[in-house]
Amino acid sequence: MNDKSALRAEAARLQAIFIAAGATPVEADLLLPAETLLDLYGEDIRARAYVTHDPDRGELMLRPDFTVPVVQMHMQGGADPARYSYMGEVFRTQAAGSGRPSEYLQLGYEVFDRADPTRADAEVFALFAKALQPLPLRAVTGDIGILTAAIDTLRTSDARKAALRRHIWRPRRFRALLDRFTGQQPPPPTRAALIAALNEKGAAGLLAGAAPEIGLRSMAEVGQRLDALVADAATPPIPAAQAEVLGSVLALKAMLPDALEHLRDICVDLPGLTAAVDRLEARMAALSAAGVDVATLPFEANFGRTTMEYYDGFVFGFWSATRADLPPVASGGRYDALTRILGNGRAIPAVGGVIRPELVTQLTAGGAP
Amino acid sequence: MTIRLGVPSKGRLMEKTFGWFADRGVEMRRTGSDREYAAAVDGVDVELMLLSAGEIPRELAAGRIHLGVTGSDLVQERIPAWDQAVEVVAAMGFGHADLVIAVPACWIDVTSLDDLDAVAAAFRRKHGFRLRIATKYHRLVREFLREVGVADYQLVDSQGATEGTVAHGTAEAIADITSTGETLRANHLRILEDGLIHRSEATLFRARGAEWGGAEKAALADLVALIGTA
Repeated sequence: MNDKSALRAEAARLQAIFIAAGATPVEADLLLPAETLLDLYGEDIRARAYVTHDPDRGELMLRPDFTVPVVQMHMQGGADPARYSYMGEVFRTQAAGSGRPSEYLQLGYEVFDRADPTRADAEVFALFAKALQPLPLRAVTGDIGILTAAIDTLRTSDARKAALRRHIWRPRRFRALLDRFTGQQPPPPTRAALIAALNEKGAAGLLAGAAPEIGLRSMAEVGQRLDALVADAATPPIPAAQAEVLGSVLALKAMLPDALEHLRDICVDLPGLTAAVDRLEARMAALSAAGVDVATLPFEANFGRTTMEYYDGFVFGFWSATRADLPPVASGGRYDALTRILGNGRAIPAVGGVIRPELVTQLTAGGAP
Repeated sequence: MTIRLGVPSKGRLMEKTFGWFADRGVEMRRTGSDREYAAAVDGVDVELMLLSAGEIPRELAAGRIHLGVTGSDLVQERIPAWDQAVEVVAAMGFGHADLVIAVPACWIDVTSLDDLDAVAAAFRRKHGFRLRIATKYHRLVREFLREVGVADYQLVDSQGATEGTVAHGTAEAIADITSTGETLRANHLRILEDGLIHRSEATLFRARGAEWGGAEKAALADLVALIGTA
């Protein structure tokens, strides 16, 4: 329904806004090494991206997004600070019969800046809000940093905290772990039997009677995990009151000022959350200073938990207010940890987002299907 | 026009399919020599097509055959959104096999998917790459592991002798079809207690995308009346 050149013109119009805000236009390859993307997103990306094979370079993927190549480019010697904008096709497989395009334009803006991450968060959100202003959109914000801070405040072992942190992006597994760590769900009978056998015979005794060692995972690794299981079985459950507080953090859904007040109340029970809530408050002030009406800006603590797992702080999305069936018109967030993973030991605070110009044109044209 | 029914072209699956239909009063027989892939059905307006069991999902998805007999594992693995493309006419009660996840039996610390996930995280930290699961059922395994929330693994393709990959050092675990578990045990592997991904059996499928005019619908109704399923 949309002519490609008209779409490109619309994308260029939007990109001019990003360039006027100080972004350097950058390009990225269409064919990306699959390994990096698979290591980052996990095996699921195979189901969502187009994988192809090069006789020499091995598995390649048709660019599923720009974040990875742009971060890599920056980490290999970009200016510091730096602001980039890119515009080009990305490729995603779609469910059979969904009718969604598998090839579409993506327009992005990314900020790599150490000076004031909170202000950079606000800068990106305000810029996107401004670029998309005439459209009837509904914005949502969240903060993965609040969730990780809430996990860190739990009175439990580091191993359990690490397990919960690892599964922030898999809500179902997260829930199952939490139920077990709080004692609501007893360990499976096989685990209980293993712990009983370990207490009776010791790890060495059990390992001596095990099947022959095969594969790369050594018996020493099995032994280490047995020790970890014994330690875990001796870990007292997370107190019900703490789990309840975590539950109320996860369920939080309010306008930003109300959400902040609620989180301040929670800090009374969980003082460890204070630093993260201070950051949320500073961001709210920065958003307000950047001209965003924070009183009507929704905050959802759960937001960002089911998207791709590299955001680790502020997250945001813009949806059509009238067309709930459409994917987000724009989305983004902070991904400091990603820069460390792709930066070979170096890291820089980074935040950014993308717009789908074809949805902008569709909604500008009246939003009719 | 008659309806085209694809059935496996050789081996026990073909014999059992012929037997299943014969038990329900539908006689199928090979025409010509034993080596010729042509066959006929007596009594109903059905054209029999002998095809490789592995090709039947593709033919069903394309609507080039109206009905097809093959393993439910192959249909679910090979046809994206399979339930939109085909419909189960009858589960036939033979060709049973389970698609399962198995790990080395020496991993006495691993009995569940929960354990597998924890081990995958530790394995990646120690070895610097994601724990490898050898399989030829990429779609089914990936969807299953996403659903149950296992992370930090990778699928490596194995089109045969999958049970040997762990001993050969090309995978840490496997996801494969087993009926008795004998081969798994012989290769020092053990099935995870909650590692059943799919319970497969020979199944008669109807292709939604084939041409279903009045004559085809009537022929299907005749056949269904004989074999006695919905």
